[in-house]
Amino acid sequence: MTVNVAEGLVTRTALAAPKAKSGIAFRPAVWLSAVFLLLVVAWAVVPDAFTSESPFDTDVDAAIQAPSLQYWFGTDASGRDIYTRVVFGARSSLLIGVGATALALVAAILFGFAAGLGGRLTDGAVSRFLEVVLALPGLLLALIFIAMLGPGVATEILAVAIGSAAGYAWMVRGQVIAVRNSGYVHAATALGHTRSRIIVRHVFPNAMRPLVVLATMGVGQSIVWASSLSFLGLGVAPPAPEWGAMLDAGRDFVSTAWWLELFPGLAIVGCTLAVTVLGRHLQQRIEGRLA
Amino acid sequence: MTAPLVRVEDLTVAFGAGNEPVVGGVSFEVAPGECFAIVGESGSGKSVTARTLLGLAGAGARVDATTLELHGKSVLGNRDRDWRQIRGREIGFVLQDALVSLDPLRTVGREIAETLRLHRYGSRSKRRERVLELLTSVGVPEPELRARQLPHELSGGQRQRALIASAIALDPPLLIADEPTTALDVTIQAQILDLLAAMKDRGSGLILISHDLSVVSRLADRVAVMRDGLLVEQGPVADVLTAPSHPYTRTLLDAIPAAHRKGTRLSATALPPTDPALIRPPSDDLLLEANNLVKRFRGPDGVERTAVADVSFSIGVGETLGIVGESGSGKTTTAQLALALLEPDEGTVQLGGTVWSEATEAARRPRRRQISVIYQDPLGSFDPRWTVRRIVEDAVPAELYPDGAARRQRAARLLVDVGLAEEHLDRRPLLLSGGQRQRVAIARALAPEPSLIVCDEPVSALDVTIQAQVLDLLADLQERLGLSYLFISHDLGVIHHVADRVLVMREGRVVETGTAAEIFGAPRDPYTRQLLASLPLAEPEPVSGGPA
Repeated sequence: MTVNVAEGLVTRTALAAPKAKSGIAFRPAVWLSAVFLLLVVAWAVVPDAFTSESPFDTDVDAAIQAPSLQYWFGTDASGRDIYTRVVFGARSSLLIGVGATALALVAAILFGFAAGLGGRLTDGAVSRFLEVVLALPGLLLALIFIAMLGPGVATEILAVAIGSAAGYAWMVRGQVIAVRNSGYVHAATALGHTRSRIIVRHVFPNAMRPLVVLATMGVGQSIVWASSLSFLGLGVAPPAPEWGAMLDAGRDFVSTAWWLELFPGLAIVGCTLAVTVLGRHLQQRIEGRLA
Repeated sequence: MTAPLVRVEDLTVAFGAGNEPVVGGVSFEVAPGECFAIVGESGSGKSVTARTLLGLAGAGARVDATTLELHGKSVLGNRDRDWRQIRGREIGFVLQDALVSLDPLRTVGREIAETLRLHRYGSRSKRRERVLELLTSVGVPEPELRARQLPHELSGGQRQRALIASAIALDPPLLIADEPTTALDVTIQAQILDLLAAMKDRGSGLILISHDLSVVSRLADRVAVMRDGLLVEQGPVADVLTAPSHPYTRTLLDAIPAAHRKGTRLSATALPPTDPALIRPPSDDLLLEANNLVKRFRGPDGVERTAVADVSFSIGVGETLGIVGESGSGKTTTAQLALALLEPDEGTVQLGGTVWSEATEAARRPRRRQISVIYQDPLGSFDPRWTVRRIVEDAVPAELYPDGAARRQRAARLLVDVGLAEEHLDRRPLLLSGGQRQRVAIARALAPEPSLIVCDEPVSALDVTIQAQVLDLLADLQERLGLSYLFISHDLGVIHHVADRVLVMREGRVVETGTAAEIFGAPRDPYTRQLLASLPLAEPEPVSGGPA
């Protein structure tokens, strides 16, 4: 998963460059973010370890209860435990966030490399296509896809991926062209290395470098998108636990039962924030090592 | 002697508490109408010394001195407001790179008028008059037009003149010029030096900061040699340059590839001479032959420009062909054509007697090992993720060393050959000095066991003592391995030192070709003569102490 990949990179960087580590001050925000994300990942993988309740069990007697020792985050109109639903909601949010970003990256790499390495005609065609896609608002694109395919997790992943792929692709293309014209690629060509060897050894890793950071932060963006679509009733459908859908369900009670909105909202904000903080940290690490 | 403009005694500048000072106990004086030069290599503290006189030593700088006087007035403990009165009015400051130092969004005229306005000089129309007067006085043609243009619309020389114009706008009695000609072609450099000399003759004091001893010899009256924050030697320019008393000054002077040092080694650390039995003499066999090369590029405005026009040359086995020319003369394009990284629009290149430029890339690829390349900017030519070891190993051909262990061994051997130590192998080039980086580039160029190395400005970014070491290394390798070089440089001294035959290029054409002795001894073409005349130190005095 992308989150784990990001974590892995942080550790590897730390091992490879112990000097760079001392250059960047210890920051509690980074640690806090890492811990929070690990918790959310754990929620997604083994939700049962964190709660004994079921996210679907209704209990009319316990409807709309404020947070208490029994119901940490309170209960909703059907008497379902909000804490349990937030824990179970992590899976679909992360799945969509990571899945959509991964899918977007695959598409971006295909288009970006085709444009950056193909001839003038390919580049022209791909670039014009990307420009058209970029001109449309991402959410609108996502909506079109959901309208065509009907709501659901798979559709949502596809929709969010399509909404963000063009931006990544444009950046990959720029990176590929920059690396292709770099001194080290010229040097490798002059050494008589084959084109495929140069692409694998130089163009791909160097063009992807800034993208690793961008994609990490993109996961947070995708989580927000997924929640927005669910909030609009276009993503994961109730009663399945999903943070955006929970926000939608609590909308009518916002003046009387604030906990219906606060906790799923906090989960979304917390995830996005944590991913962004870690992404920025990663970026500084990489730049500190190579710039 | 008139009262000095500047008096500095025991000046110390340090950054941050507890750090070694970057300038440690420097003393000097500058009188009106005198040019005092500070020479040194990068990191010697020469620029910091100059900037301290303007209160621009930098953030966090701790400045200490027994005396620091401008016009007999102490400026120690000046606050920023006091400095602003001094800058521009009492001291003019000329920086190295005019393109960076001039605001890209302001016309040249407004930029110069700004200094006048800040110091409340006259009315708006009077300021405009003064700007035109200044541009005329620094020799900018069509001053009315130039004043209305943006910096990028001017040529490099004109920009540098405009920068000087803004520095002298208020007729300051002292001018500080920090590497004023370093980014310029030699013919333009000569003009700027003449301009500064004329200002000196009019009574301005001048502090010249330079890494280039030949520039200094042309302009300075007195010179100080700076190294690691200390002035190691100071005196009249003729004395210091002809009879240096400090060993470092001698090293610096010896490192200059002056005419009389051709065929000798330049650096004190040069290897012992190669055993004559091992030297492979140049032969008459032709290695590379270029015939009537033409290369055109279409600019962003759609207009086609000819970068290389009808260029022919040949390189023999074990021979060095030098190509010299100013920026934009087509030198690098010619190198790319020789490497077949570019294909000529007309003409052909032959390598080892068979087709090269006309072959397909697939046919060329296995033969690419025969030609290597060294670039001016080694850092840009290395993959930033790779260590030195990997960079060189990657260039060792698998055809010659199919075994991974043998490749590693070969790479390590090459790095030793170019004078790098074991400890450098696992570093990234970013953490190496400029000279070390260029050695890595040379090791990589040697790895395929080529017969020809194209060297595109390989020493232009290096300090003169490092340049000497790299030139010596290239000469040693040539003797031992029988290599041929296509050596490109804008520096006539370097070309004279390394080349057997020379091609002089201008605007894509070859204006003259001949042996080094012919070109430098008896140039026929007027442009070559102009180039040689603008050499700051055409025929330097022999340095006492003999060859190192």
